[in-house]
Amino acid sequence: MVELSDYLTVGAALFSLGVIGLFLNRKNVITILMCIELMLLAVNLNLVAFSHYLNDLAGQIFVFFVLTVAASEVAVGLAILVAFYRTRRSIEVEDINTLQG
Amino acid sequence: MLESAFFYMFGGLAVLAAMGVVLARNTMHSVMFLIFCFFNASGLFFMLDAEFLGVILILVYVGAVMVLFMFVIMMLEINTAVLREGFTRYLPIGALVAGVLLIEFIAAAHSGIFTDGVRATAEHLGRDVNNTVEIGKILYTKYLLGFEIAALVLLAALVGAIVLTIRSRKDAKYQNISAQVRVRKEDRLRKVRM
Repeated sequence: MVELSDYLTVGAALFSLGVIGLFLNRKNVITILMCIELMLLAVNLNLVAFSHYLNDLAGQIFVFFVLTVAASEVAVGLAILVAFYRTRRSIEVEDINTLQG
Repeated sequence: MLESAFFYMFGGLAVLAAMGVVLARNTMHSVMFLIFCFFNASGLFFMLDAEFLGVILILVYVGAVMVLFMFVIMMLEINTAVLREGFTRYLPIGALVAGVLLIEFIAAAHSGIFTDGVRATAEHLGRDVNNTVEIGKILYTKYLLGFEIAALVLLAALVGAIVLTIRSRKDAKYQNISAQVRVRKEDRLRKVRM
């Protein structure tokens, strides 16, 4: 049978891949956003797994809130990216240094 | 037995797809891998008796968020060769951090803290239990405030995204509503003696 620790292991693997993706794709903002999505997915998987094994629906409610925040974050992040691309013609992270003063 | 087989299929494919997201050269391929990863995660949600969230994951993520990603990637002209620079430079530190994280997570998961006092293998809910109804019952009662705050967060994101990307044309003609409302008969009508 599948145990809780198996689901937690899958979640850990997904989260670690998201972290390593953040380090590897430091230049591409879109890939960074996708890696954050991956990490949030791992968190959601853990929440749902705990919700099932503890027989408590609160975990699934929290997945709702995580989904909401993730969707808003992507919408605003991509909007910032489009606005930045219009002025700079580039989406490299190193070019985003206007606010350094 | 069948459950284990499906778990290993969904979980393994999800992890492989996540590796594809990180390693794919083309950003579009990364998006495709991430969509595949979401489908497999949704399968895991179904196995955990969370049918509603499984469907929501496909509808919201694959149907809306990933399409938004694709839209932006197609709209922007990105030089992938430049973006790949320094890919291997950060590999050692990235692998170190992620490896330590993975070992810690797996050690915590198998330490027995989470499975202690918990049914290690929870049996599935009966066929008469409706996941959507159960979620609705507590989402609209106990978690109503959080639900409404989530709605406000979505509204703020909606307005913010529009404000950030809107580009008004200088030569476009707009109605001046207040001037229209303020107008009196004397402004438009002139009586002439015939």
